[in-house]
Amino acid sequence: MSHIELFLETMQSTLRDVIPIALVLIGFQLVVLRQRIAHAWRVLRGFIYVLLGLALFLMGLEEAIFPLGEVMAAQLTNPAFLYGEGVAAIASVQWQAYAWVYAFAFAIGLATTLAEPSLIAVGMKAQQVSGGAISAWGLRLAVSLGVAIGVSLGCFRIVTGTDLWLYIVVAYVVVIVQTMWAPKMIIPLAYDSGGVTTSTVTVPLLAALGLGLAATIPGRSPLIDGFGLIAFASVFPIMSVMGYAQISRWLENRRQRGSSMEAGLDD
Amino acid sequence: MNLRHLLTQFRPLFEAMRDLTPIIVVIIFFQEFVLKQPIPNMEQMLTGMVMVLLGLALFVRGLEIGLFPLGESMAHAFAKKGNVFWLLLFAFLLGFGTTVAEPALIAVVGKAAEIAAQGGVIDATEAAMDSYANSLRLTVALSVGTAIVLGVLRILKGWPLHFCIIGGYFIVVIMTYFAPNEIIGIAYDSGGVTTSTITVPLVTALGVGLASSIRGRNPMLDGFGLIAFASLLPMIFVMLFGILTA
Repeated sequence: MSHIELFLETMQSTLRDVIPIALVLIGFQLVVLRQRIAHAWRVLRGFIYVLLGLALFLMGLEEAIFPLGEVMAAQLTNPAFLYGEGVAAIASVQWQAYAWVYAFAFAIGLATTLAEPSLIAVGMKAQQVSGGAISAWGLRLAVSLGVAIGVSLGCFRIVTGTDLWLYIVVAYVVVIVQTMWAPKMIIPLAYDSGGVTTSTVTVPLLAALGLGLAATIPGRSPLIDGFGLIAFASVFPIMSVMGYAQISRWLENRRQRGSSMEAGLDD
Repeated sequence: MNLRHLLTQFRPLFEAMRDLTPIIVVIIFFQEFVLKQPIPNMEQMLTGMVMVLLGLALFVRGLEIGLFPLGESMAHAFAKKGNVFWLLLFAFLLGFGTTVAEPALIAVVGKAAEIAAQGGVIDATEAAMDSYANSLRLTVALSVGTAIVLGVLRILKGWPLHFCIIGGYFIVVIMTYFAPNEIIGIAYDSGGVTTSTITVPLVTALGVGLASSIRGRNPMLDGFGLIAFASLLPMIFVMLFGILTA
């Protein structure tokens, strides 16, 4: 397919996604709020930038990342790669043989989340609202680390075939305990970051990995066990963002105690 | 001064470059050193990367001048108008409208229909699967609409977020016990796929805008949290759907 055709097609599907939102926004603006929007043309230009940007972004991903990423996921989960040449089917699953799969899940989870547009948006807002106390980049790094850890654990779960339910319940308990101790200001942001991690970039690659694993391991069904990776990618960032806030508060306290001790010596 | 002006114009581009470098490094590392294969179609890969880069930079610029100011100015206008009904209707439609056409969701409900057909919950015919997928999609869209309404109500009333969310998780855990096995993975994943790239900035700007224009609300404490509702409620609604259709 030519680039122009592909661009038009991507643009069309982005538009289909946007039209309901645009209708709601314009309808309320005209019928209910009846108020002029400040810098209306500038806002419209921004909307067009977002549309064009997303279409280009998705098209580039289709072109450059997804095909290769999916092939890589298939190759990494192939028994011949994991258990050595000549092994076509797996007799008994050894979870240790999957080290490269966990590593790939970790690395690709980290890298794709850093480029996730909705997380970029939330990071920008958080930095602005907190007056710079939370840095956009720091937040995104914390979220990405959470996704990375969650996704590699999710792959381990598919390999070993343990219950999804068990992991999620334990994760929720950790979240509840952390909520009691974490700085109040970070909690809403942490809960939000669970939902923003998995959209455009991360989901297709994770799905390929989960399906590849579930299809090659005997006793797993791609349809049932292939799901669940996204759930891991949504819970773990909550922990890592609260953890990030807890660690930075702890460092801050220690630094302050240190400097007050120095001040005491100066007296 | 001209140079500085030029640099600020190109800042989104530099940041996009920084954001994409990790993906490139990961792919090259695994391809070259682990799988020990050359990168196929280097040229296609490079043009794709340039598109991703430009796209990301445009998106960020568009957020700054379009989506964020719009979301916030509408939030202020609603707060000034003081009509709760219109605000809640707006919240519902925003959640419902953005989810019902979401491509990731359409993909997930299609898979879910396959699972249901295999499990014998529905007939393995095209029509039965389509109607199952469509009602599941409507369920999720309804749940996101309801979620944004609840989230906005929370901002208005100033309920603490963690009680709402942890309470919601308890419901999820209890329902998991009763829900049929086939639906659980889908329910958990549907929480993650509902929040699309255009919804997130708008909803975040709406929440922060509302919290900063209502007296006694703190934008950090009360403004965030709408997305948390939008990823929690689909799980509950989808499991309920599973229990009712089983």
